[in-house]
Amino acid sequence: MRRRSVLQSILIYAAAGLVVAAVLAPPFWLVISSLSDQSELLSVPVHWIPQHPTLERYIAILTATGSDTAAVFRQSMWNSILIATCVTLICVGLGSLAAYSFARMQFAGQEPFLYIMLFSYMLPPIMILVPLYTIMRDLKLMDTRQGLILVYSALIMPFAVWIMRGYFQSIPHDLEDAARIDGCSRVSALVRVVMPLSAPGLVATALFCFLASWEEFLLALIFTSSPAAKTIPVAIAEFTGRHAIDFGMMATGGVIAAVPPILVALVFQRYLISGLTSGAVKG
Amino acid sequence: MKSAHVKKVSVWARLRDQERWLAWALIAPALIVVFALILGPIVRAFWMSLHIIDLKRPDVGMPFVGLANYVDILQQKDFWASVGRTFYFMVVSIFLETVFGVAVAQLLNTEFKGRSLVRTLILVPWALPITIDAIMWKWIFNPTYGAFNSLLYQLGLISGYRTWLSTPWSAINVVIFADMWKVTPLVILLTLATLQTIPHELYEAAMMDGASRWRSFWSVTFPLLIPTLVIVLLVRTMDAFKVFDIIYIMTSGGPADGTKVIAYYTYIDAFSYLRLGHGAALAYLMTVFIGLMAFIYIVVMKNREVEY
Repeated sequence: MRRRSVLQSILIYAAAGLVVAAVLAPPFWLVISSLSDQSELLSVPVHWIPQHPTLERYIAILTATGSDTAAVFRQSMWNSILIATCVTLICVGLGSLAAYSFARMQFAGQEPFLYIMLFSYMLPPIMILVPLYTIMRDLKLMDTRQGLILVYSALIMPFAVWIMRGYFQSIPHDLEDAARIDGCSRVSALVRVVMPLSAPGLVATALFCFLASWEEFLLALIFTSSPAAKTIPVAIAEFTGRHAIDFGMMATGGVIAAVPPILVALVFQRYLISGLTSGAVKG
Repeated sequence: MKSAHVKKVSVWARLRDQERWLAWALIAPALIVVFALILGPIVRAFWMSLHIIDLKRPDVGMPFVGLANYVDILQQKDFWASVGRTFYFMVVSIFLETVFGVAVAQLLNTEFKGRSLVRTLILVPWALPITIDAIMWKWIFNPTYGAFNSLLYQLGLISGYRTWLSTPWSAINVVIFADMWKVTPLVILLTLATLQTIPHELYEAAMMDGASRWRSFWSVTFPLLIPTLVIVLLVRTMDAFKVFDIIYIMTSGGPADGTKVIAYYTYIDAFSYLRLGHGAALAYLMTVFIGLMAFIYIVVMKNREVEY
């Protein structure tokens, strides 16, 4: 390695500092805005450091009742948690069975089906939106959490299968064969040997499923309208809606909705990065 | 070794018949969900695109019109304008994301104190839901109370506040910027993963030959990055072509349709004008393009798998 000159070191640290600032400053500003009281929020020019920080919007979201925007937001947070959790369980559960079959077993039509799955993941959601709208209406699933869970599962499943297939393929055959020779059935070899060995892959897949359904907007926008089923992205979009724009609540809602995915990403970064670089599908 | 192999084969042979139905049974649940809710609707969308289905005029019924919806769309100036905007968005955002992505990945591939912290923090924009990314930048670019105007003004870079989202030209560039902020981390992480696999010896050899850093980037690093960049390009092309959320929240397609990209155009057509047949035809036209990209992507991924 060539030794670095002082100037080179300075340049490297300056560039790194710039990257960190670019990454953190905007979300940080959202947090500051959520803590500023109304008069400071609307001061011109901007008060960079609020003189009277307040938690009142966070308290409102936690405690408000009735049809208050804050209460609706809390309800949609709950909807999002419920929907994302169910979708994750369905996709990892059913997806890992299918992925195992694709990775380890051979049957006619295997490859075409795999690529049909992958292809369906890449289609623009708007493509299926119109027909799905009529199907959901006919099945009376409009504006229900179940409806959204079903649609999200179908959309995210191909991705889960694709990623997990990769992980299963990376597990050495020998271990599984040993278990089979000791009398394990296929399914119990899957559950007792392959699944535990690919635990990091399962975790990464589960996280991707969770993040994808937490973030999805277009389908939720079309298929939900009442607080009973509305998810966080839709509630957030309504804060900036055509009516009155409440910048403070918008910022507060944004911060609250951003906390779960960012925490997940930071805590599980190792799994996510390896999943990202092997799967390379999620945008 | 050999006896173990024979034993293995006989186990497989005994179970081969059971295998076949088991293989299908394992796939069936996932396949049913995907077929019923994605591939089924795709077929139905094609049927719908050949009919007039206008929810605002139920009296008309659902007459079969052949390719009339498609012909109508292809003749509209608005459609081509939105295609143009989509391509502008696509080309500019992917170009910038790739340039910044590779540059930052290069930086993170050099050793310095705090490097792993920087790499962790890069995940923040990636993890931030796109809708929140959109409201965040909408707030920052707010013409009256926004931080961006205030910052530029206080630094003396502008003499008066600007309305960033109110002219078509600057609005689409602001939207591109907001998209870039969120997506570049993905490009960085993918590029960095590839950079870390390039052996040091290659750079040392280039240095011995007297190559400058700039030169060794173009003749050593870049060629090895190409496979990764092809994947990035394909994935991002598909995503950028579908861009919707950020447009819906930041500009609602405005001002003066300046950010009305193809996905937003389709959304308005189907769900504001409630012309479902027309909307389905539009969605199909989009899919032709995405389908082509997806096909190339699958071929590339397949070849890449073979290498391992």
